[in-house]
Amino acid sequence: MNGPAILLRVAERFGSRILETHDRLGDQTAVVDRAALIELLTYCRDELGLKFDMLMDLTAVDYLKYPGREDGPRFEVVYHLYSLPHNHRLRVKVALEEDDPVVPTVVDLWPIANWFEREVWDMFGIRFEGHPDLRRLLMYEEFQGHPLRKDYPVSKRQPLIGPKN
Amino acid sequence: MKVRGITEMAERTTREIFLGEGSGTGSGSQHLYVNMGPAHPAMHGIVRILAELDGETIVKADVEIGYLHRAFEKECEVGGYNNAIPYTDRLNYVSPLINNFGYASCVEKLLGIDVTERCKYIRVIMSEISRICDHLTCVGASAMELGAFTVFLYMIKAREYLWEVVEDVTGARLTISYARVGGVKADLPEGFAEKVRRAFKETRQVLDEVHRLLTGNRIFMDRMVGVGAMSREETVGYAITGPLLRACGVPYDVRGAKPYWVYDRMEFEIPTGRNGDNYDRYLVRMTEMEQSMRIVEQALGEIPAGPTNVDFSGNPIDPALYVDRGKTGKTEGLLLIPITLSPNLQGQERPVYERVNVDDKRVVLPPKEEAYGSIEGLMNHFMLIMEGYGIQPPKGEAYFPVEGANGELGFYIVSDGSGRPYRVRCRPPCFPPMAALHKMIEGGMVADVVPSFGSINMIGGELDR
Repeated sequence: MNGPAILLRVAERFGSRILETHDRLGDQTAVVDRAALIELLTYCRDELGLKFDMLMDLTAVDYLKYPGREDGPRFEVVYHLYSLPHNHRLRVKVALEEDDPVVPTVVDLWPIANWFEREVWDMFGIRFEGHPDLRRLLMYEEFQGHPLRKDYPVSKRQPLIGPKN
Repeated sequence: MKVRGITEMAERTTREIFLGEGSGTGSGSQHLYVNMGPAHPAMHGIVRILAELDGETIVKADVEIGYLHRAFEKECEVGGYNNAIPYTDRLNYVSPLINNFGYASCVEKLLGIDVTERCKYIRVIMSEISRICDHLTCVGASAMELGAFTVFLYMIKAREYLWEVVEDVTGARLTISYARVGGVKADLPEGFAEKVRRAFKETRQVLDEVHRLLTGNRIFMDRMVGVGAMSREETVGYAITGPLLRACGVPYDVRGAKPYWVYDRMEFEIPTGRNGDNYDRYLVRMTEMEQSMRIVEQALGEIPAGPTNVDFSGNPIDPALYVDRGKTGKTEGLLLIPITLSPNLQGQERPVYERVNVDDKRVVLPPKEEAYGSIEGLMNHFMLIMEGYGIQPPKGEAYFPVEGANGELGFYIVSDGSGRPYRVRCRPPCFPPMAALHKMIEGGMVADVVPSFGSINMIGGELDR
């Protein structure tokens, strides 16, 4: 299935719960309402014509200082899906408000989400509800703050601390 | 960083603690917790495996990464688009060229430009040479850890020949910074094809020797066959790509699935395994090296002459245009002043480096004679280098996958229209296998950690970024 057809199919199925779709630079993107995220991703994974069996990447973007988006939701969690049987891709995004940076986990759908979500929690402070083991992945436990947030100064230094025990 | 079971351990004797003897809390023996790493001779990166052992069998393992975290993604947001290229060298430091090109291609996708034919061929050739270097290192190091030291020496010898070729082209062996957004730093040197042929001759000989030493070797097979295996479903669920996925029999390769640059014109096979164990991974890597050499040889036969760089709109830059356009005659005299360049700038002079179109938005730096010899060239140079200027892709986002040596290497870049990337995300190919490492080693022996870990070819630089 080609990209626009995927978007059309997803948009038909989910109607207004897909907030926006766009097809730019050859990448197809669907922005979904948080409440429908799991349903959409499950549909993408299991539906015969889609079969997105790989979660290629999961990351987030902090739009705090993005020109023109000052009032919009601060974070976006970005899922890059890939289908081995059909060789097509889809990007799914979900927007999150600053005071409620929580999304449901997708560990049950793709086990790799475990580490990807830990990294996003570590770097952005976005919590994944239902994650079995949401520890920091790259930074150490005592680290204060989330370094890839736009309000974390790039020159900020923190002491390196050894393990607690 | 909690060491579980530390309280129970406190009251036990040395023999109980270190040898796992004694009755423990329940009946029978007690599990022992062993730290492998972060600094461990068999860990060719800094990574920590906290293993729970029952005798010599691993019951449970927890893998901890992040020791080499250098804030790659954060640093990329600080400088201009080309400033991130040296950082991408340090992602996978065994095949840095692929990272370079992957990043540059992603920015080009954002800009909507297409590089020249010659540049695409150069990228293909250099990527494949890097892939061979990477596989040589991986197979060589894994074999060494299993006691086959000869193999390691042979393979490093072959890699040395290839790195000499890389050094000829880029000026460095490891921190090459060869790609530029819109092209490459410099054209291929003279006699390149001949050097590659010589290096490949040596490499083929080494591969042949290694095949005879390892492939049917009883000791090697005992350690590799059936060890560290993962099923197809698990591998896909963990989003593992590259040789590990192909060893499970899935012929997924970005070069074949979504050909970029000129891979669609190349004839090559995608080798696959069947069992997904360490031995199949080894075979896949060995076969891939031959295929990579095949690609390079085809590309060297087909590579067209012509410019390596394009302007912002994707047009090859005609050298005469620089003078004609906008600049009225006066520059011509200036451009004729002979400039002697420092030998450090070899490969960046006018004959091999195409001139840049004088346009509102530009991507490629002017040749060095112009930067030093004419006011326009200097201005052009500054406009690309100065803070607040430089390459400014339109607002938007792009994801560009390339086939790294360990699997799909993807760059996801978000642009806010300014001269700095708003967000750079690198999908490191060895991240998923590391997330699945515990699956590969649980239930196996401690000694099997070494070949399984070796087969992942973990590169700390890209794993921890």
